[in-house]
Amino acid sequence: MNTKKIKHSWDDRIFDWICNIFLFLFIVVVFYPLWFVLMASFSDPVYVNNGSILIIPKGFTLEGYQMVFGDSKVWFGYLNTIIYTVCGTIFGTIVTVLGGYVLSRKDLVGRDIIMKLMVFTMYFSGGTIPLYLVVQKLGLLNTRTVLIVLGSVSVYNLIIVRSFMASTIPDELHDAATIDGCGNGNFIVRVVLPLSKAVIAVMVLYIAVAHWNSYFNALMYVTDSNKMPLQLYLREILVLSSSLANSFDVDPELQEKMQHMSMIIKYSMIVVSTGPILCVYPFIQKYFVKGVMIGSVKG
Amino acid sequence: MSLKKKKQLDAQVVEARRQHRRKSLIMIKRNWLLYLVLLPAVLYIATFCYAPMYGLQIAFRNFRIADGIVGSEWAGLKWFNRFFNTPRFWLILKNTLTISLYSLAVSFPLPIALALILNNVRNAKYKKFAQTITYMPHFISTVVLVGMMSVFFSPRSGVVNTVLGLLGIEPIYFMGTPEYFSHMYAWSGVWQTMGWNSIIYMAALAGVDPSLHEAAMIDGANKIKRVIHIDLPTIVPTISILLIMNFGKVMSVGYEKVYLMQNDLNASTSEIISTYVYKMGVLNQQYSYSTAINLFNNVINFLLVVTMNKVVKKLSGSGLW
Repeated sequence: MNTKKIKHSWDDRIFDWICNIFLFLFIVVVFYPLWFVLMASFSDPVYVNNGSILIIPKGFTLEGYQMVFGDSKVWFGYLNTIIYTVCGTIFGTIVTVLGGYVLSRKDLVGRDIIMKLMVFTMYFSGGTIPLYLVVQKLGLLNTRTVLIVLGSVSVYNLIIVRSFMASTIPDELHDAATIDGCGNGNFIVRVVLPLSKAVIAVMVLYIAVAHWNSYFNALMYVTDSNKMPLQLYLREILVLSSSLANSFDVDPELQEKMQHMSMIIKYSMIVVSTGPILCVYPFIQKYFVKGVMIGSVKG
Repeated sequence: MSLKKKKQLDAQVVEARRQHRRKSLIMIKRNWLLYLVLLPAVLYIATFCYAPMYGLQIAFRNFRIADGIVGSEWAGLKWFNRFFNTPRFWLILKNTLTISLYSLAVSFPLPIALALILNNVRNAKYKKFAQTITYMPHFISTVVLVGMMSVFFSPRSGVVNTVLGLLGIEPIYFMGTPEYFSHMYAWSGVWQTMGWNSIIYMAALAGVDPSLHEAAMIDGANKIKRVIHIDLPTIVPTISILLIMNFGKVMSVGYEKVYLMQNDLNASTSEIISTYVYKMGVLNQQYSYSTAINLFNNVINFLLVVTMNKVVKKLSGSGLW
């Protein structure tokens, strides 16, 4: 390489240093809060409460996790969230990928008007109450169905799929298949789906993360505590600072202990709820990034 | 003569239209399966996006659940007038704009800086590591983010106040002080989205022709000059489009995070249009009033986006639609 032989002048080296220092600062600023949560969740509540841990954990303990896992509501929340995420992702991905493909077909009569009607909804909506009334009218209030269906399909994702399909599956391919006597159904199953594994992966991940993290739909439409997703329970503990469910115990000693441990319980809750996503994500990072790339090239 | 010609032309047009229609029908028949496959997406949009628009009329009615949407009597602009005349109207509008513009001002430039810096890092592993770390907060839910803020900034045992204590500063209740609300909102947003939002600029920077850099190097340009004169101009179109689009969204601050961050102490700076809509509608059950405020907000939003899209089109030749 030529560039390596060129001697770097002092101003370039200073610039490199400044870049590296700033990047290091960015990394520290982003990473430290995450590290702090992880570290505090394993530390002795005494040190967490008096603020004497800053960089490394002190007085290793798993008490916080024991408390969190001892709470049946956490398990229920987790289970509910998994149900909503799995079902919602399957539903959303099928609808989005197939719909996005159809919208990419230039020979679809009425495509432009359908597209325009869909894009319009990205910028104008009926609003909170009218949507609530629709959900009520459909008899979906307080059901699991509403949490699975609502939020699974988005016009933004449809456009991502459509752009991807338009650029990877050329019209000629479809023409050739038609000449060979391949109908639309066969074409979708044998050609389109195998060619669009990347965009399917992107959709699965996007929809799954959105479902995992959503809380507002549950707050709006579901009052039954058995159907609460994890995020709603997290809101009670982390934001509203309620105590864990098992702390309604009349035992005053336990009550005091819970009070004492409230901070590390919060930290443990954060790790338990967010850990899985953050651990898995670095391995599938390229798919997430790919989604942004496809989305930025508008169709 | 000319009349005859005109008639002939008319006949041709009619014939062409008929043929076009026949062709369309054939295409629809041939592609019936495609319509079937698209149906779920269309049904979803129709049910959850268009059906609520029908319900928007309750903004102009005295809606009562017992009477139904169409059964409730008309109220004209009563609810809109009530909103404009409420003493809190200006406060809510001011809060909405303050939070939105302030967070745009701090969270817009930083991803650009991050992308330019990342682009200059030559060590591929270090770069990958930096990207992995800075993208991470994007995957944290709003609930957990606000939860983290409330524990970090807690006046009693939060780490921020511990550090301030070491510097001899009295503990501050950040989450409960009105003056701090917009800072807390905006900077936590920076923390969460900075890395993720830099991806789009990284993509644009990847399109820079390396020969430009080589030529500039031969001419004796140092790195800073090359960043300013080569890298930056390359991403200017991306920057301007994103900036304009973001301006189109100033009125639509998401209620999810603001609502979680609200408490009685910071209400004077944290109440925004969308949280007010939620409280009036869902908690106070003033359906018509809430819908009217929501409609007012949506119309302004829509006009802003359409205007901004026109501006983008004029500047860059391509808009969103």
